[in-house]
Amino acid sequence: MSRGLRLIPIILLLFVLSGLAWRLIKPADTAVPSQMVERPVPQFMLAAALADKPGLAAADLATGQPHLLNIFASWCVPCASEGKVLQELRRHGVTVDGIAVRDTPDALSAFLARNGDPYARIGADRQSDVQIALGSSGVPETFVVDGRGVIRRQYIGPLSNSNVPGVLQELEQLR
Amino acid sequence: MKKTVLLLAMLILAVPLSADSNLPPAYWANRELPDARQEAEAQALMEQLRCLVCQGQSIADSDAELAGDMRDLVRRRIAAGESPNAVRAWLIQRYGTWISFKPTDEPAAWPLWLAPLALILIGAWLIRRRIKLKAGA
Repeated sequence: MSRGLRLIPIILLLFVLSGLAWRLIKPADTAVPSQMVERPVPQFMLAAALADKPGLAAADLATGQPHLLNIFASWCVPCASEGKVLQELRRHGVTVDGIAVRDTPDALSAFLARNGDPYARIGADRQSDVQIALGSSGVPETFVVDGRGVIRRQYIGPLSNSNVPGVLQELEQLR
Repeated sequence: MKKTVLLLAMLILAVPLSADSNLPPAYWANRELPDARQEAEAQALMEQLRCLVCQGQSIADSDAELAGDMRDLVRRRIAAGESPNAVRAWLIQRYGTWISFKPTDEPAAWPLWLAPLALILIGAWLIRRRIKLKAGA
């Protein structure tokens, strides 16, 4: 066998090792984006999660005005820190609707009392049905829905203060 | 030393922060369908669906709550007469082909289907060369 051919296994080994090193240094993104972006919100109707706030249906999101649809839960730790950001958006006139995943009214009202309540409506998604129908893979996630009820963007993970200007600009463009 | 012991004791006694909801699993999450044929269909499909939380596991193997809710959804839809392929397609429409362990026939997956063929051809070529070399020697 010629010298060149003998080098092939070594080159292959180096190739595999550099691949492994690259993934160790830069881990793969494990977020699973929803394929429902640029599609209408699927039909759903969720009962009210709290006695003093209306529930949420797909029709409530197609009102001619853009909405933020926040998927959250009282048992979700990062959701607590996101509350301030959503309230800030609300102060700027943004309508924030919530879907509470696998939650109970008691836990939910305690959570909102603690972290503030930015929601106009909250639907109770007791078996993650609507969450799955939206292609959402965890809490918290936030969908930007335009006035015709079409999903325009998905934010995976909690919104932070640095997201506020971007979200406001996006919603302004959809108005 | 005392500090280390105290720290160890605290670590041992620490309760992990729970990221699970306070609701029980969905009805069909851990319950078999009464119809054996439907249950077999649902089980086969669940073994091919990828869990969104524990991403290397199928929803049949995962203990994540979202996986339980997805098992409930699969069993409910199969029990209502939907075909496993229709349920899979519905989920792929939401999460992309990522959700299914079963490779699809989309162009991105072609190398996967062609690789075994290519490897067999390369192997055959190598063997032929070896035989020729031996015969020559």
